[in-house]
Amino acid sequence: MQSDPSPREPIDPDVDLRHPTTRVETSAAASGRGGAVVLLAIAGGGAVGASARYLIGLGWPAPAGSLPWATMVINLVGCALIGVLMVLVSEVWVGQRLLRPFLGTGVLGGFTTFSTYAVDLQQLIADRHPITAVTYLLATVIGAIAAVWAATHATRALVRRRRNRRDRR
Amino acid sequence: MKLLLVIAGAAVGAPLRYLTDRAVQARHDSAFPWGTFIVNVVGSAILGFVTGATMAGDAPHWVQLLVGTGFCGALTTYSTFSYETLRLYEQNAKLPALANVIASVLAALGAAILGVAVSQSIWS
Repeated sequence: MQSDPSPREPIDPDVDLRHPTTRVETSAAASGRGGAVVLLAIAGGGAVGASARYLIGLGWPAPAGSLPWATMVINLVGCALIGVLMVLVSEVWVGQRLLRPFLGTGVLGGFTTFSTYAVDLQQLIADRHPITAVTYLLATVIGAIAAVWAATHATRALVRRRRNRRDRR
Repeated sequence: MKLLLVIAGAAVGAPLRYLTDRAVQARHDSAFPWGTFIVNVVGSAILGFVTGATMAGDAPHWVQLLVGTGFCGALTTYSTFSYETLRLYEQNAKLPALANVIASVLAALGAAILGVAVSQSIWS
């Protein structure tokens, strides 16, 4: 079996009960006030991310039947940023308890959207734009995986290079 | 004012995604990201329903902003979905990674189609 290239990163960035990185705040959640603070951080981050998505959509509307560019770019940028963030909170900013809930679960979770992606696809299919629908479906899903892969690997490489340079000194 | 509706919806949707994810994992010990899958499918069904009602002219614009853009937008996530898929693949769970992509896209699309159909059958 091939080994995990970065075992300190969890699978689920929102909350992963099987992994120590994202389990930290759930032990605090059991004690009451710590849990409320985490939920507030997620709510505040979600509000920031969703507002940004709404404002970008206002400035970059998608005419009916056309490719929803704004939603696609928002989702791809959000996928790249979660890759950067998860490497940094797992390897560099370890122990910053509210950073991942606020930025990852909140801001990026609120910024990106699966529901708008699904309903935009439904609208393209219902309005008989099959080519645009298939293009949108594949471009978003392949682009998202490519974005998170590239961003995660680039950030890991930078973190390792910085660490090696520091160790040599 | 419109932005406040989006903020209010998102301030509920994002924590609800986190709480759903945690509740699912507490009951279900599996590496497969069921929590994210569930919120993405349910959020797509709700947004489909709201969009269908808006098209039928029976839902005011503020409902679309509060429930659609704010709540459903923040409840569902593409970033978490993509990162989970990458991590499954890296931990050698290649089949679950592929299944997560195909099942999430098809189930969310099916849920959106169903949501629109249900609200159109109510309001037409």
